[in-house]
Amino acid sequence: MTNRKPVTRRTFIATVAAVSASAALTGVAVAPNASIAADFGGKTIEWIIPFKEGGGSDKWSRFYAPLLSEALPGKPTVVVKNMPGAGSTKGANYFASRVKPDGLTIFGSSGSTQFPFLLGDPRVKYNYADWNVVLATATGGVAYLPPDLGAKWKQDPKSIFNTNFIYGSQGATRLDLVPLLAFEMLGLKVDPVFGIKGRGAGRLMFERGEANIDYQTSSAFLSKVMPLVKEGKAVPIMTWGALDDAGNIVRDPTFPDLPTFKEVYSQVKGQEPSGDAWEAWKAFFIAGFPAQKMVFLPKGTSQEIIDTYSNAFQKVINRPDFPQISKKRLGVYPQATGVKAAAFKKRGTEVDPKAIAWIKGWLKDRYGVELKK
Amino acid sequence: MDFFAIALPALNEAIGLILTAQNIGYLVLGVVLGLSIGVFPGLGGIAGLSLLLPFLYGMDPVSGLSMMVGLVAVIPTSDTFASVLMGIPGSSASQATVLDGFPLAKQGQAARALSAAFASSLFGGLFGAVVLTFFILIARPIVLAFGLPELLMLTVLGFSMVGVLAGRSLLKGLITAGLGMVVGAMGEAPAQGSPRMDFGSWYLQDGMQLVIVGLGVFAIPEIISLLRRDRAIAKDAKLGAGWFDGVRDWWRNKWLSIRCATIGVLVGVIPGLGGSVVDWIAYGHTVQTTRNRETFGHGEIRGVIGPESSNNAKEGGGLVPTLLFGIPGSGSMAIFIGGLILIGYEAGPQMITNDLPITYTVVWSLALANVFGAGLCIFLSGGIARLTTIRFPLLAPFLLMMISFAAFQSKQTLWDLAALVAIGVLGILMRRFEWPRPAFLIGFVLADQAEVYTYQATQIALSRLKLGWSPMLEYIFSPTALILLAITVISVWLGARQSASLKPPVTTAASQQSKIAPIVFTVIIAVFLAVNLVDSLNVSVLIDKVFPITVVGFTLLGTLILLFRSSTVPADHVIVADLEMIGEDAGAPRGVWSTLSWLILLLALTALFGFIIALAAFFVMFLRIRAATSWLETALLTSGGLGGLLVIAGALHRDFPPGLLQSLFDLPWPFR
Repeated sequence: MTNRKPVTRRTFIATVAAVSASAALTGVAVAPNASIAADFGGKTIEWIIPFKEGGGSDKWSRFYAPLLSEALPGKPTVVVKNMPGAGSTKGANYFASRVKPDGLTIFGSSGSTQFPFLLGDPRVKYNYADWNVVLATATGGVAYLPPDLGAKWKQDPKSIFNTNFIYGSQGATRLDLVPLLAFEMLGLKVDPVFGIKGRGAGRLMFERGEANIDYQTSSAFLSKVMPLVKEGKAVPIMTWGALDDAGNIVRDPTFPDLPTFKEVYSQVKGQEPSGDAWEAWKAFFIAGFPAQKMVFLPKGTSQEIIDTYSNAFQKVINRPDFPQISKKRLGVYPQATGVKAAAFKKRGTEVDPKAIAWIKGWLKDRYGVELKK
Repeated sequence: MDFFAIALPALNEAIGLILTAQNIGYLVLGVVLGLSIGVFPGLGGIAGLSLLLPFLYGMDPVSGLSMMVGLVAVIPTSDTFASVLMGIPGSSASQATVLDGFPLAKQGQAARALSAAFASSLFGGLFGAVVLTFFILIARPIVLAFGLPELLMLTVLGFSMVGVLAGRSLLKGLITAGLGMVVGAMGEAPAQGSPRMDFGSWYLQDGMQLVIVGLGVFAIPEIISLLRRDRAIAKDAKLGAGWFDGVRDWWRNKWLSIRCATIGVLVGVIPGLGGSVVDWIAYGHTVQTTRNRETFGHGEIRGVIGPESSNNAKEGGGLVPTLLFGIPGSGSMAIFIGGLILIGYEAGPQMITNDLPITYTVVWSLALANVFGAGLCIFLSGGIARLTTIRFPLLAPFLLMMISFAAFQSKQTLWDLAALVAIGVLGILMRRFEWPRPAFLIGFVLADQAEVYTYQATQIALSRLKLGWSPMLEYIFSPTALILLAITVISVWLGARQSASLKPPVTTAASQQSKIAPIVFTVIIAVFLAVNLVDSLNVSVLIDKVFPITVVGFTLLGTLILLFRSSTVPADHVIVADLEMIGEDAGAPRGVWSTLSWLILLLALTALFGFIIALAAFFVMFLRIRAATSWLETALLTSGGLGGLLVIAGALHRDFPPGLLQSLFDLPWPFR
C-alpha cells in the first residue's frame, strides 16, 4: 500500500531543504531568475478551465494547481475556476475579452477548445495567436478490440474488415473526429453511436458488449483498460502516435510496443499514408493529442510575467518527484515550456486551410454536420 | 467469490483504519463542513469538495478520504432543511421531499417532518452501507447487465411515475410532463450538437439547468404565495409535534423505509440513470403502496420518509459505478474521483482486487458520516424548526437571496437570474391552474436520457439486424429488460387502480365562476409549443430533430385536446381549475404580480449595479417598505444576510452576477 502513496508535502519540503542547504554550502545561487521575477505574494491566481468539474482538463489543472502555487514566487493561492458552457467556447471567450494581462488569471485550453477554433465554429470569439503559451501537455490515445477480434487482427488486420463495428462516440466534431477518420481511412466499417457522455461511457459500452471497438486517452487506458487487457477482455491494437521534436509521428513513448495508426495503415495498404485525408488527419491529431492541453496568459502580458510562469512550470517539471507523481495522472509525455511549448502551440493551432476545408467537407458528406448558423 | 476469505480481513482492516481518533476527527470535520454548505441550496457537494481539494494534496490518504466522504455523505441530509422549512429543493436529491415536507411545515409540524426525514436518511445511509459491503464484490457483472435497452426501460419506469403524480387530471399530467421534456430538450442536441429551440441565444444553447428549473418550479411559487398572505410559514406561527414524533413516525413506517432504501441503492448502482429521479421513483412507490392517497401533497409523513430513505442510500449505491468503473454518477462524485487521485488512488476495477480495504473504508466512512450527520440534524431540528414561526416578510429577503445565489451557480451570468424569474412565472401559473409540477420536473429530468437511450439502442439494434433477427431481438428483449417492463406495467396498473379511487380534494366553499384564465394559459403554452415545433423542423441533422419533433408534436396535440375539452366543460370542472378562485390563495391580501415584482426588482437592480449592491438596496427597500422594520432592525438584518453570503462565497471563491456598472468600472471583489 505504501508504494502507491504520493510523496507527501513533508518529504518534499525536506528534499527541498536538503537541496537548498547543500546549494548554500557550495555557494551556488538557487534561483538565477529571482531578480527579474514578478512576485505574487498574497495574491490569488485564478485558473480558468472551460469545462465542468471532474473532466480531464479539470483533473489536469487540479494536479498542477498546488504544484504551481509552490513554484511561483510569493507562493500565491492558485484556484481552479470552472467556467463550462457552449462547448468550452464560453470560458475561452471570457478569457479573450474580459481578462487583464496582470498574470492573475490564466487559462487552460484543451483539444475540445482548439477544434471549434480550427473548424470555424461561429461561437468562437477568441484567437490563439493572441495568447502566450507557458505550458503544453501532450497525451496519446489507444484503440482496442474485444479478444476474439483482437486475435484475428494480430494475424491479419484485413481479416476483420468486413465486421460490423460499433463505436460509442461523443460526436463527430469533437476529439472523436480523429479515431473516426482513422477507422475510415483504414477501411473499417464503423457505425458510430453518437451522444455518449464522455469516453468513460464509451468504455462501458465496450465492456457491456454493445460496442466492439473503442479508444481511450493514455491515462484512462492505463488505469481502466489495462486491467481488462490483463483479464483477457480487451486487446490493444494501435496508438495514434506521438510527435517528436521535428514534428514527425513516432511511437507513443507510453506504449512503445504498440504500432501507430501510421504503421498499421502502411501495413494494410502497402504504402505510407499521404494525400488530403492524411494531412487533415495529422493536423487534427496534433491539435487533439500532442498539443491537447495548454496553459495561456492573455494578450498583452509582459515578458516578465510570461517568463515567471514559464520558469515556475519548468520548476514543477524539474522536481525530483515529478516523474513519479505525474506518471499516473498524465502518462509519460513531454510537459513542454518555453520555446518547445510555443512549437506545440504553433502545430496545434496554425493549421493549413486546405486541411480544414477537407475536414469540413468530410463532416458534411459523412455525417451531415455543418458548423454554421 | 469467497466472501469470508476476501471481505472479512479487508473489512477488519477498514474498520481499523476508520476508528482512529485522527480519522474520526477529519470525518466529523467533513460532516460539519458538508452540513454548513448543504443548507445553502444549489451549492451542494461540488462546491464543498472543490473547497477541500487544495488541502488534500499531501494529506494522509485515510484522513483525506474520511474528510471527503464525510462531506459528500451529509449533503443529501442537510439540504432537507431548505426543502422542508422553506419549500426550496436544496438539491436534486430532495425535490420530492418538498411535496409533503413543506405542507407539514406550514401546519406547524416542521420539527416532526425534519426528524422523520433525518431518521430516514440515517437509516437509508446505514442500509446502503450494509448492502454495499456484500454487493460491491459481485456488482460488476450486474452493472454490466444494464445495457442501453435496459437503461431505456428504466427511463420509461421513471416516466410511469407521472401517472401517479399527475393529480386530478391525467391529460394535464401528460401535457405537463411533455412540456418538461420540451424544456429539457432545449439547447445543443446530445448526438450531433445541433442547436435546438434556443432562438440564437448562447444561454439556451447549453440547455436549462436542473437547479434553476427546480427552484423556479417549486420554490418561487411557494415564496410568492406565502408573501402574498403575509403570515409565518407555520399556520398561526405555532409549532405542533416535536422531533420525537418524527422518529416515531419513521419507526412506524420502517418497511416503507427499507423498500425505498433498496430502490435508492439499486438506482444509484446503475450508471447513466442519474440520481435526480431516485427520489421521484421512491415517492411514486410510496404513493402506490399507501392505501389512502388523499393526504399526499397536503402533509403526509410517508411522503417525506420515502424519498429521504432513498436519497442517502443512493449515495452509497452511487459508489459502485464511481469506484469500480471510474464513472461518476453525479458532479460531486466526479470531484470525489479527482480527490481520490490526489491522495493516490485511481478508481477502477482494482479498487476491489487490490484496494478492497480502502473501498470498505469509503463505504463505512459513509455510513458513519450518516450517523454523525443525521444525528446532529435531528438534534438541531427542534430549534431550527422555529424559523417557520417567524413573520414571513422578515424571512423572504434571505430566501430570495439564497435562491438567486443558488441559481447563479449554474452558469454565473445574469441570465441565470432571468431564467429563474421566467421559470418561476411558469411555476406560479402551473400551480395556479393545477398543472402538476412534479410531472414537469420528471419530464425535464428524463428528457435527455429518453432521447439518447432511444437513439443509441435503436442504432445498435439496427446494426445487429445485419446479423439477423434473433441477435437483435435478444439484444432488445434481454431478461433484465423484460423484468423492468413487468415492473413498469405493474406500476402503471397500481397507479391507474388508485387514481380511480381518488376523490376530488376539499376545496373552499366558493365555486369557480370563470374559465377564461386557464384557457388563456393553455393557449399561450400551445403557441410556445408551436414555435418550438417550427424551430425543430428546421434542424438540419436528422438524428437531432426526431426527438424534439416527436415530443413537441404530441404535447401540442395534447394541448389542443385540452383546449377543446376546456371549451366544452362547465367552469367548475377540474381541467379548468383556477386556484386563484378556489384554492388557498383565494382572498390573499396581496396580488400575485405586485408580489412578484419584488423579485423582478432584484433582477433589474442586479442588471444595473451587480448582485451585491443590488442585494443591499433590495434588503433595505424590502424590509422598510414591505416588512416595516425599524432602521436598526433593517441595518442588522441586511448586514447579517450580506455578511453570511460574503463569508460563504469568499471561502468558495465565488463571484456574483455583474451588472451594467461592472462593465463600465473595474471594481474589487465582491462588487465586480
